[in-house]
Amino acid sequence: MIPSAFKFYKPDNISKAVSLMKDFGEEARVIAGGHSLIPIMKQRLTDIKHLIDLSGIDEIKGINITGDEISIGAMTTQVELINNEELFQKAPIIREASLQIADPQVRNLGTIGGNVANGDPANDMPGLMQLLDATYKLSGTNGSREVKARDFYEGAYFTSREDDEILLSISFESPSGGYAYEKQKRKIGDYATAAAGVIIKVENNKCSSASIALTNLSDTPVYCNKAVDMIVGKEIDNDLLDRVTKTCVDQSDPVADQRGPVEFKKYVAGIVIKKALKRAIERV
Amino acid sequence: MEKINVSMKVNGKEENLTVEPRTLLVHALREHLEYTGAHIGCSSSHCGACTIDMNGKSVKSCTVFTPQAEGADILTVEGIGSPDKLHALQEMFKEHHGLQCGYCTPGMIMRSYRFLQENPDPTEDEVRFGISGNLCRCTGYQNIVKSIMAAASKIRDEEKVNKKEIA
Repeated sequence: MIPSAFKFYKPDNISKAVSLMKDFGEEARVIAGGHSLIPIMKQRLTDIKHLIDLSGIDEIKGINITGDEISIGAMTTQVELINNEELFQKAPIIREASLQIADPQVRNLGTIGGNVANGDPANDMPGLMQLLDATYKLSGTNGSREVKARDFYEGAYFTSREDDEILLSISFESPSGGYAYEKQKRKIGDYATAAAGVIIKVENNKCSSASIALTNLSDTPVYCNKAVDMIVGKEIDNDLLDRVTKTCVDQSDPVADQRGPVEFKKYVAGIVIKKALKRAIERV
Repeated sequence: MEKINVSMKVNGKEENLTVEPRTLLVHALREHLEYTGAHIGCSSSHCGACTIDMNGKSVKSCTVFTPQAEGADILTVEGIGSPDKLHALQEMFKEHHGLQCGYCTPGMIMRSYRFLQENPDPTEDEVRFGISGNLCRCTGYQNIVKSIMAAASKIRDEEKVNKKEIA
């Protein structure tokens, strides 16, 4: 499978990349790890005339941790997220989720920026970033701006990123409490049939704060605000967890595809949400 | 269509080639440089038959454009052993029947080569997770895992001997 022809650019800083994006408009795309983009280029589902490789831009690589503030450059690979011990100490859920993405070779090239900015509802990082209440920093011809992960996704492959904007970094605060990212997939390398992330704090068996988000169960990630409202301040028992799970499932809106019909996906969603809740509470 | 020059090191040798930017790395290696070790299986980054080592990391060369590999240090299966002196992995795949049709083997060997440097003393489960990006439709993986475990132990023994000799 050979993609249609394109011109290749490798700028060494963001302003050069942004100006290429401005010059070529819709005909230009940036490439990070390429493991979402190259497959669709090969299938000729997209026609890109100008391909801008971001791998020469050092300012959008690497992980910076200052106290509880974590900032991750868009070009940081999944394997770098997995291997970074300090990040594991501060936000262990990142390693847990990253190890469930694709396979070793793909994780060597796949980046967090590509994963969150592509807008593919099957990608795991968007849900994870909503879970962590992360902030995305973007740069474009009109300067840079910040967008909350919970406001970024508009539909499948549609985000609030403008055509001339490039994602620079993702930042969030070190989460405290128990955590879990549960993903059901048909095989390694497949996207989730359903996946759920939970972060929860429990004091004297009472939930003091919580965050719950779902992956591949709607055309955007799902931040389960109703379920969060339902669990915070309550005594944890199995009945509450069942009701919270149902509220999350009710907020999901999966479509039937090769991974199964809607009823099945909602069933699997219920299983992964409950598992994630229980495991996160065990880890408090 | 406009072509561009790309240079990279392949199996220790400096190579320069002129390709269209859309040329996939696996095609550059196989058709331009004649390293046919990397195989094309699914061409969609699932099967791992095209796995090579790029800058010390396993990658699927069907999902890299050649200009992305500018300046890269690349190792293919041709670079890790020769018919008279097989690499421990190649020897153990032969001894433990780690292949049948052989199509996935260069990818399996290249992935295992890097995996054993990341984890020289793995458990069977770790081997299976380590090669989870490589598909084999013949063996059922049993003998591949056996071969990799045996190679791991052989490489560790060889290293012990080397250390003693140096001491």
